[in-house]
Amino acid sequence: MLSRTANNLYWIARYMERADTVARLLDVGSRISLIPSEHGYRSEWDSLLQASGMAEGFTAKYGDPVQRNLESWLFFDRDNPSSVASCLTAARENARIVRTAMTAQVWDALNMAFQELRQLERQERSSLDQSTLTDWVTRQSALVRGAIDANLLRDDGYNFLNLGYYLERADNTARLLDVKYYVLLPRLDFVGSGLDNYQWSTLLRAMGAQRAFHWAYGGEITAGKIADFLILNRQSPRALITCIAGAENHLSRLAKTYGKAGAAQDSVRAMLTELESETVERIFDEGLHEYLSRFIGSVAGLGTVIHEVYLGGEIS
Amino acid sequence: MGVFFDEMNGSGDRSGGGTRAPYARLEEWLATMPKELRSLKQAEAEALFRRIGITFAVYGEGGDPDRLIPFDMFPRVFSGAEWARLDRGVKQRAKALNMFLVDVYGRGEIIRAGRVPANLVYQNEAYEKAAVGFVPPKGVYSHIVGIDLVRTGPEEFFVLEDNCRTPSGVSYMLENREIMMRMFPGLFRENRIEPIDSYAEILRRTLASVAPAKCKGDPKVVILTPGHFNSAYYEHSFLADLMGVELVEGQDLFVDGEFVYARTTEGPKRVDVIYRRIDDAFLDPLCFRPDSMLGVPGLMDVYRSGGVSICSAPGAGVADDKAIYTYVPDMIRFYLGEEPILKNVPTWKCAERDDLKYVLDNLGELVVKEVHGSGGYGMLVGPKATKAEIEAFRAQLVADPSNYIAQPTLALSTVPTFVDEGVAPRHVDLRPYCLVGERIELVKGGLTRVALREGSLVVNSSQGGGVKDTWVLAE
Repeated sequence: MLSRTANNLYWIARYMERADTVARLLDVGSRISLIPSEHGYRSEWDSLLQASGMAEGFTAKYGDPVQRNLESWLFFDRDNPSSVASCLTAARENARIVRTAMTAQVWDALNMAFQELRQLERQERSSLDQSTLTDWVTRQSALVRGAIDANLLRDDGYNFLNLGYYLERADNTARLLDVKYYVLLPRLDFVGSGLDNYQWSTLLRAMGAQRAFHWAYGGEITAGKIADFLILNRQSPRALITCIAGAENHLSRLAKTYGKAGAAQDSVRAMLTELESETVERIFDEGLHEYLSRFIGSVAGLGTVIHEVYLGGEIS
Repeated sequence: MGVFFDEMNGSGDRSGGGTRAPYARLEEWLATMPKELRSLKQAEAEALFRRIGITFAVYGEGGDPDRLIPFDMFPRVFSGAEWARLDRGVKQRAKALNMFLVDVYGRGEIIRAGRVPANLVYQNEAYEKAAVGFVPPKGVYSHIVGIDLVRTGPEEFFVLEDNCRTPSGVSYMLENREIMMRMFPGLFRENRIEPIDSYAEILRRTLASVAPAKCKGDPKVVILTPGHFNSAYYEHSFLADLMGVELVEGQDLFVDGEFVYARTTEGPKRVDVIYRRIDDAFLDPLCFRPDSMLGVPGLMDVYRSGGVSICSAPGAGVADDKAIYTYVPDMIRFYLGEEPILKNVPTWKCAERDDLKYVLDNLGELVVKEVHGSGGYGMLVGPKATKAEIEAFRAQLVADPSNYIAQPTLALSTVPTFVDEGVAPRHVDLRPYCLVGERIELVKGGLTRVALREGSLVVNSSQGGGVKDTWVLAE
């Protein structure tokens, strides 16, 4: 297929997944801010914006983190390239460009999300509460995902879509996990306290993984278990290892389809091998934040390689 | 003015004429349709269009980029006999226009014979020096010829203009039919309506039939689009999908040696036929506009050496220029030795002194158009204009007469159309899409555009026009 088409498919998936994450982030932020804390909710929102890389733009436009402004910034604001509205619009625009590379149902799901978004934008803001908005986004992303799984041809385009999903999800899980680092940074003695647990469980909840976590681990929520669940546990759909294994799978399929493997396959296998031999103890020794930063860097690096090999259309 | 031919009821003022035969069943349909159903169906049609994403952006107007072209559910109907004549007339014209193009980029016989003035051709902005001496495969320059027709009476059809470059709108022809069939299947059971859905297949075959000599095996056809910001992007992707060919942008193609290649995830893939939906000027920055980002550097060299076919061929525009238009009947006589089946609208060329004088004296009754204009912009409709508008236009006209032609205001036929108050006659035109390759083919249908504003004669979608499904009845 055309490199540009592959690129559009890849970005449809990345934007849809990002919209999903940002909506969940809004949920985490709102919940964390509901409990009393000695820093006030301001610092929690700050850390959330920091971790998601959206802090600078927000401060420049709105200044203080007031709940309503945060909702605007994360959900509706087109000046924020990662807002839900920006992501859904970009996903739909990418889809419009490559309509011929997807089934009518997939286009329908993406287009309807965009049309409904435009209706939401016209509605009175006071009639839309935060959880309604988050639920709406989760539902839209599920509809798109479902249409892709149900009736898209399993050809190379399908692999590029999934690469987008897995890379974005890997990046986003790492960033959500990193929110904890920013929230806790001021007071290390919180670790293991009731407040700490509440924040961890909010995080799980935001990833729709609270119950799954309890099924898998049971007992107390601890930092160690959560890190294991979200980084190293292949049963967890958002775990870093699951995302990298997914990317590895789709890159292998591409290599098979095209009859040649190269830098992208090498790069993803190296990441997977490292994750497979990783332990929670070693991650905590390195420092969770340091580990996650390094991981986010590697994912970006993999994205660059994929772009060079497949999406940029360089003459090979 | 005031008396218009209505295609359903006959003459507008003589109500005794009775319903014309092709519309007989529609009259019944209309009479038995409950009013609630009508608005329900109209809403359904709109939702369908928006859902499949057919929208139309108007250049330079801003506003909603996802605007819909209004769709009118009342179809326009031709009898088989009426269509047979149009079919012959349109094909005759498409053939002559292509012969003219091969001629003017070759020996220029029609100019030597004194039938068309040399300066109108060779000094025309659309005359492409890069095409001189080159005969495209099968001698075809214009592969999709859109001929705009208007009607003033039962037998009176006039050609308003020819479109030899990249006429748009065919996606509406196809989608209007899809939507009508989906909403009113009963109508299609009761009326025997010729299908049009072979259009994409014929288009693909036409494009493949003009593959360059160097192409061995199954030709690889692509559609070249300026990109998704273009107002006709939907149509480009729609046609690519129907034909099962790639939709590419300039950046997806590159020239290497004597061929053109597409950048794919598996490396370069050779391209044989390019159905381009961008203007000549943007095709190749090395040959035409150096600042163009839309084209493919080196494309023209490959084209001239027979490594790739470009449809329509660069330079085809000289045949659909409004100044050349007046000579098309002569072309038909000159090349084919036949009388034109379809008439031209009488046209005054403002470049000529006597004509200009007549036009200036009768501005209030004429339609004056820019020679190179399109889309209903920059034109004056005398009978509909205010005094001030006429005087403003007069100044423009005097300043640059050769930029304008004038035609009488035609009493365009009307077709019943759904309006707020019920059903009312609205003026229409017709654009059939003639395909020229190894053979000349025309599907039985076209795009009917309708001026939705009462009394308006301007059918362009940028000026408040809508579209209708166009039926040809099987004999």
